[in-house]
Amino acid sequence: MKMRRVAVVGAGMTKFVRRALETADELSWQATRMALDSCGLTLDDIDAVASGTAPDAFDGVHMNSEYLCPGSGGWNKPFIRCYVGGGTGVMAVIHGWYHVASGLFDTCLVVCEEKMSSCQPHPQGAFLTIFDHTLERPLGPNLLWIFAMEMNAYMQRYGLSHRDIALVTVKNRQNAKDHPCALLGEDITVDDVLNSEVMAWPVRRLDVSPISDGAVAIVLAAEKVAHRITDKPVWIEGVGWSLETAYWTNRDLSYPQQVEEAARMAYQMAGITEPRKQIHIVEPYDPFDYKELHHLEGLLLADKGKAPEMTALGITRRDGDLPVCPSGGLLGVGNPIAAAGLMKVAELFWQLRGEAGARQVPGNPKRGLAQAWGDLMQVGTVVILGVA
Amino acid sequence: MSERIPSYPGTPLKERDFTEGRVLHTWWVPKADYAWDAGVAIGRFLAGLKEGRILGVTCPQCRRVLVPPRMVCEHCFVPTSHWVELPGTGTVKTFSICTVRWDMERLEVPIIPAVIALDGAEAPTGGGGGFMHLLGEVEPTPEAVRIGMRVEPVWRPAAERTAAITDILYFRPLKEG
Repeated sequence: MKMRRVAVVGAGMTKFVRRALETADELSWQATRMALDSCGLTLDDIDAVASGTAPDAFDGVHMNSEYLCPGSGGWNKPFIRCYVGGGTGVMAVIHGWYHVASGLFDTCLVVCEEKMSSCQPHPQGAFLTIFDHTLERPLGPNLLWIFAMEMNAYMQRYGLSHRDIALVTVKNRQNAKDHPCALLGEDITVDDVLNSEVMAWPVRRLDVSPISDGAVAIVLAAEKVAHRITDKPVWIEGVGWSLETAYWTNRDLSYPQQVEEAARMAYQMAGITEPRKQIHIVEPYDPFDYKELHHLEGLLLADKGKAPEMTALGITRRDGDLPVCPSGGLLGVGNPIAAAGLMKVAELFWQLRGEAGARQVPGNPKRGLAQAWGDLMQVGTVVILGVA
Repeated sequence: MSERIPSYPGTPLKERDFTEGRVLHTWWVPKADYAWDAGVAIGRFLAGLKEGRILGVTCPQCRRVLVPPRMVCEHCFVPTSHWVELPGTGTVKTFSICTVRWDMERLEVPIIPAVIALDGAEAPTGGGGGFMHLLGEVEPTPEAVRIGMRVEPVWRPAAERTAAITDILYFRPLKEG
């Protein structure tokens, strides 16, 4: 398989807010313009656009990406959307990557947007159709059920307490204090999490990331073009994705096997044989606090059941041996689904260029991994970025 | 966000901006009705429920007993073959005690969704057959409900069954022996 090298050369994002005045298309435009400005390009320099946005039902707009095309810079260009639920924000990067790696295009914009606030009375309503129409929806489910049952299975399997898990929310909200686009950057304690309202036991309110509006965009370029655009290209070294069965009640919910499959594909492409030594920063998907731990294990960066211990020892702090979610993650920055996944890739871009300001991970990190996850707990998407 | 970028777009609104009419907006309520046929495999499963029986189907290659039943084993990608009736008893694989509805309204009585692994549908590799249902006749507290709890179905009276998953009202703790 002969693929061209692809670099990230620019990035931009809007604030993540509970409810934005701007329309979905206007948010897309603001992030896209910032991404182009950041690397001194104009839309004339862009060959194709890869768009990502989660369920149409949030916006109430059929084929939402077509609606986002103008602000995303897609006018009269090869423009296509990918959508794999929560995995979308990282999958859109993979989608853009093979546009360029294949040799078909020299540059590609990747634009992800989510406007969850339009859906009334609560965007969870848009998720109800994820459940099987014949066997599950008659039981009156809500989306929290699957997370609560997965968290319970994980805790039971390894004898974990809620206290072990709540540290993730505390860390990520603290990290988010240094992110100028964050919705929930603040100091909280483990007891704040444990005393917050029970929603679906064991899940409490502060275990969950906030619903948000926002957009993120990055610019991809083939190697020969990337060197002309910037002297600090950040290379896409590996990509991977995998989908588990829809029969989720037949699976072992204590371990995200699909994340491992995606990670192994990406590690192989990147030539990584010892991920715990060769990955310097991780941005795993953290819509719930236990998910960060689950995903560290699926990514083979922690032994099964041991990610909580790594967190307790401070290893995953921004100044620890393996910084995890230095951005503040979905728990701290916010969770506009597709945009949140792409925010993680943008964070690696800024971190690896040494431009992350107050959030900068010390020690000149050379390689980072971003991961997202979603659908009916099915999909794993992984991107590995590095600087030479 | 890069330290090279001094300011960031995005204008936050509050709920009040809508309720007090400070932001121009439109409101729309979709009407979307669907009628789903149950399909071949689930159709047979539902017909079984109407008779008070829980059916599984076997993969001839990996020998898993698949519940919910399906026409094809997605691991082996071969058609499933023998239908088997299961005793109905099972084990709670995981559960939640849910105190909110999908729109975040509080529930007066918590609801206990659970994944139930059915006896006779265990797979040697893990990932045995089972489905999601509700638990009843048990206190909705983490002390009373536990993973590994043995359960049995409580059926709707035969005359009231409609060949639906709700022909099982809920699962309740099994009194062993």
